[in-house]
Amino acid sequence: MTTKNSGMPIGFGLGKKNPLSFQVDLTLLQRATEDEQAAADIKGKPSSFFKDGLVRLFHNPVALVSFIAIILVLIAVIVIPEVWPYSYDLQLGTYYSDGSYNNLSPMEYGTAELARIANGETIFPHLFGTDSLGRDYFIRVIYGARISLIVGLFASIIVLIIGSIYGSISGYFGGKVDLVMMRIVDIIYSLPDLLIIILLASILKTTLNIDNSAFLSALGTGMISIFIVFALLYWVGMARLVRGQILTIKKEDFVLASKASGASGFWIIFKHLLPNSISVIIISVTLQIPSAIFTESFLSFIGLGVSAPMPSLGSLASDALNSISSYPYLLIIPACIISIIILAFNLFGDGLRDSFDPKLQK
Amino acid sequence: MTAKNYKHLLEVKDLHVSFKIMAGKVEAINGVSFTLDKGKILGIVGESGSGKSVTSYSIMQIVDKNGHIDSGSIVFEGEEMLGMSKEKLRNIRGNRIAMIFQDPMTALDPVYTIGNQLEEAVRTHENVSKKEAYKRSIEMLNLVGINEPEKRMKQYPFEFSGGMLQRIVIGMALVCKPDLLIADEPTTALDVTIQAQIIELLKDIQEKMGMAIILITHDLGVVAAICDEVDVMYAGRIVERGTADEIFYRPAHEYTKGLINSVPTLADDHELEPIKGNPVNLTRLPKGCAFAPRCSKCMKICLEKFPDQIELSPNHYTSCFETVRLLNSEGIIDITAKPTVEEEKKEVTEENRVVDEPAKEKTIREIKKLVKDD
Amino acid sequence: MNSKFLSYILKRLIMAVVTVFAVITITFFAMQLIPGGPFLAEKSISAETLALLEAQYGLDKPVFIQYLNYLKGALIWDFGPSIKKTGRFVTDIIFSDFKVSGIIGLIALLIATFTGSILGSLAATHQNKVGDRVIMVLSTASIALPSFIIATVLLLLFCVTLKWFPANGTSIAGYILPTITLSLYPMAYITRLTRSSTLDILNQDYIKMAKAKGLSNRKVLFKHALRNSLTPVITYFGPEFAYIITGSLVVEQIFAIPGLGRDFVSSISNRDYPMIMGTTIFLTDIMVIMLLVSDILYKVADPKVDFD
Repeated sequence: MTTKNSGMPIGFGLGKKNPLSFQVDLTLLQRATEDEQAAADIKGKPSSFFKDGLVRLFHNPVALVSFIAIILVLIAVIVIPEVWPYSYDLQLGTYYSDGSYNNLSPMEYGTAELARIANGETIFPHLFGTDSLGRDYFIRVIYGARISLIVGLFASIIVLIIGSIYGSISGYFGGKVDLVMMRIVDIIYSLPDLLIIILLASILKTTLNIDNSAFLSALGTGMISIFIVFALLYWVGMARLVRGQILTIKKEDFVLASKASGASGFWIIFKHLLPNSISVIIISVTLQIPSAIFTESFLSFIGLGVSAPMPSLGSLASDALNSISSYPYLLIIPACIISIIILAFNLFGDGLRDSFDPKLQK
Repeated sequence: MTAKNYKHLLEVKDLHVSFKIMAGKVEAINGVSFTLDKGKILGIVGESGSGKSVTSYSIMQIVDKNGHIDSGSIVFEGEEMLGMSKEKLRNIRGNRIAMIFQDPMTALDPVYTIGNQLEEAVRTHENVSKKEAYKRSIEMLNLVGINEPEKRMKQYPFEFSGGMLQRIVIGMALVCKPDLLIADEPTTALDVTIQAQIIELLKDIQEKMGMAIILITHDLGVVAAICDEVDVMYAGRIVERGTADEIFYRPAHEYTKGLINSVPTLADDHELEPIKGNPVNLTRLPKGCAFAPRCSKCMKICLEKFPDQIELSPNHYTSCFETVRLLNSEGIIDITAKPTVEEEKKEVTEENRVVDEPAKEKTIREIKKLVKDD
Repeated sequence: MNSKFLSYILKRLIMAVVTVFAVITITFFAMQLIPGGPFLAEKSISAETLALLEAQYGLDKPVFIQYLNYLKGALIWDFGPSIKKTGRFVTDIIFSDFKVSGIIGLIALLIATFTGSILGSLAATHQNKVGDRVIMVLSTASIALPSFIIATVLLLLFCVTLKWFPANGTSIAGYILPTITLSLYPMAYITRLTRSSTLDILNQDYIKMAKAKGLSNRKVLFKHALRNSLTPVITYFGPEFAYIITGSLVVEQIFAIPGLGRDFVSSISNRDYPMIMGTTIFLTDIMVIMLLVSDILYKVADPKVDFD
């Protein structure tokens, strides 16, 4: 086994395969250079947590579709009201004193409208038909969606601001401060929020005097009560979340380093602790939005949301209940729209969580 | 039970196992072969990702769902296990081959008493009464050194310490008197002093019950304490196999030498020599030797093809081109690396194969220091 | 361990009492916000009703005395007469309504828990296969979509179009669809909960250990996996019940069930304040009791959970 034969080293499995490359084979026995070794060392591509997450997110078909849906809806509710020929509160039936404008099916023209077209007028079609008062349903649905999105956005912002400030203070300072603050959170958390919202909304409906502001009265007392209750009750989940994050990050070394160089509590909170919790916070906010939209539509459905004539997807659905057998489209359309909105946000939030939640990283 | 005559208790031939993950296909095991005889203790060492645990899971056929045994053969007591029916496999598991895992705290179901789980182990394979199962469990608890066994039987896992739980887990594994025990890093999750106790326990029980043991670990001290044979794994392949003596005193593969040299000793002040480079990316295995990028003796050929296994002695094999080169250039059967602690090169021939005694003593002491606290 | 358990119950009990007090106080002061007082603001109150209200709430006495009267009544579930439903007392209305809502709610709860855990376990054991995907899509939809949307769509589909069930809740048949509708959201939630919990469990070492011991797959699943994966479901009982309550508001409205939810909603538009206050407090009490029970059950079920 150890004898050499004809100068060819054995045991390397080089054999006599290719006599022409005799010389080349022997060079393989030279030591490899460091570069050659490094080249063979195939490492994975380094990339940041954020980039990794984004790649993962956009490879998720469900999240991608949801994201597109959200963008489309956003564009629609911003752009369409500006260009649409009908307004949401114009009752064509009353305006023209002609009942033929009411309860038109999607894309249908009423008899009066047909007559006007015959006369040479161009009448923009009612994409979703009209309701019992002759109002163009398409624009009403768009406005309803707009209300939902506004509520979702602002309510979530309120929750975000109050919750993260409260949570970070409680988490950072710890000790007695934390104890007391968390007891308060526990109490608020245990209150039946929907019942209280209903209570407050019904009270405020009769008491709030907002006629001096056009914007506020257009929104209606229902909306305002939603915002008030969100500000009072709904931030506790976010507070707990943020506090948990703070508690974990507080123990990290870079916080100690910051303290050692004399940074104050608030500085540390804003500069270090919060940015590190960003991914968890963002996910939470994204999931808070559909929850707020749900609450708004629920309240509108039982009559406590926006005041007529401003439509809400919930109130549209509720009104449509009465004529469900004759004009089902009045119910189906807002139902679909609100389902799409809420579903899109939920699925996108789920996708965000799957891609960015550090706890789920494998 | 077959009455077949078989040569080895366990024979693994050219095993290939891979896993599908999001980033691609992980080649966890790439052609592993070894044999184990009755009553012997085999140590499989390697770093995380070397494939040592997967090898044992493959024997038991409890690999994760996204894992797949691509090819190879595993013959236990003369019977081929790959492709065996589910019932036959269940009959073997816990009965003729038993396994214990790394973390005793999570190895037991938290909502049932340990008595319940011990009896379950007995009654799964043997048709005995509850009373009999209870008796056997008590016997086993005594054997593994748990005092007040009757009281313990009624307690829940969370009421025990890590060391005690591992004893119970060992007892549970052995209650059906298996021929082979696979211990996957049984001491890694325990304190150092407890580690020693558990190793002593294993040694003790092995002498009493005579089963073969496969001990998977990354801790060389544990290997030195009880193993007869050692397989060194890297990137899903066995790069060196031999008896414990051969591996510790005459390591051939650079990786093995690296492992032994990277263990800190209190002996002299030689610098710690970590193995340079990064662990291998198992989704993109190089075509040559997987260790080549980190090897100080790397030759160009090492980057091109994987070395065949060569025999250094009847009990000592390795897959390394540098070894082949030394064999060829120095024309000797036996090669030696530097003795583990000293720097000077020693030209060893057939005659003085045995490393001089003082160095041997020192090395044994060093390694044993890692296991016992004396 | 027993004393720890007792102190835990005590802590939870105190929390429950505090919550109820908080709600009572909030409802009282909310009522005070109404200009002219809640009862007197309504012009249509009959003289007898007014006299009863006077006796119940002490309407001309100072606020603090009113609060005490109110508190007294709230604690024993005596809320005085209804303003709109003349001749009836709020408590009587609540109780007779609750007979209906309570039964529907309970049945919905049972359906949700039972079906949800089975579906969730199935989804977990067939992870990523067709069955799992289908179950997950359906449950995500049930959770995300507002209950009133699901309810109205089901109403449209089964009562109006297919005419399988009557559209109102007068006969037994009329109760089937609303009960099922009510159970959908918690069922979906429990399905997801069970699924993720089971998946978690299946990855645990003791499951691998059980397999390594040679136990059959059935035994591993039913003896070890299921028992462990169901404990999170128990924690959900309380919130589940809370959901059933709020869900009933919508479902009873849509399916015309003569229950507490429907009367609550109409009392809001009718501005029947004693009814509004009474129902809020009553429902809160029920919710708080159920949360307490569910917390205790959880500690009993999981021996190693630490006492907060």
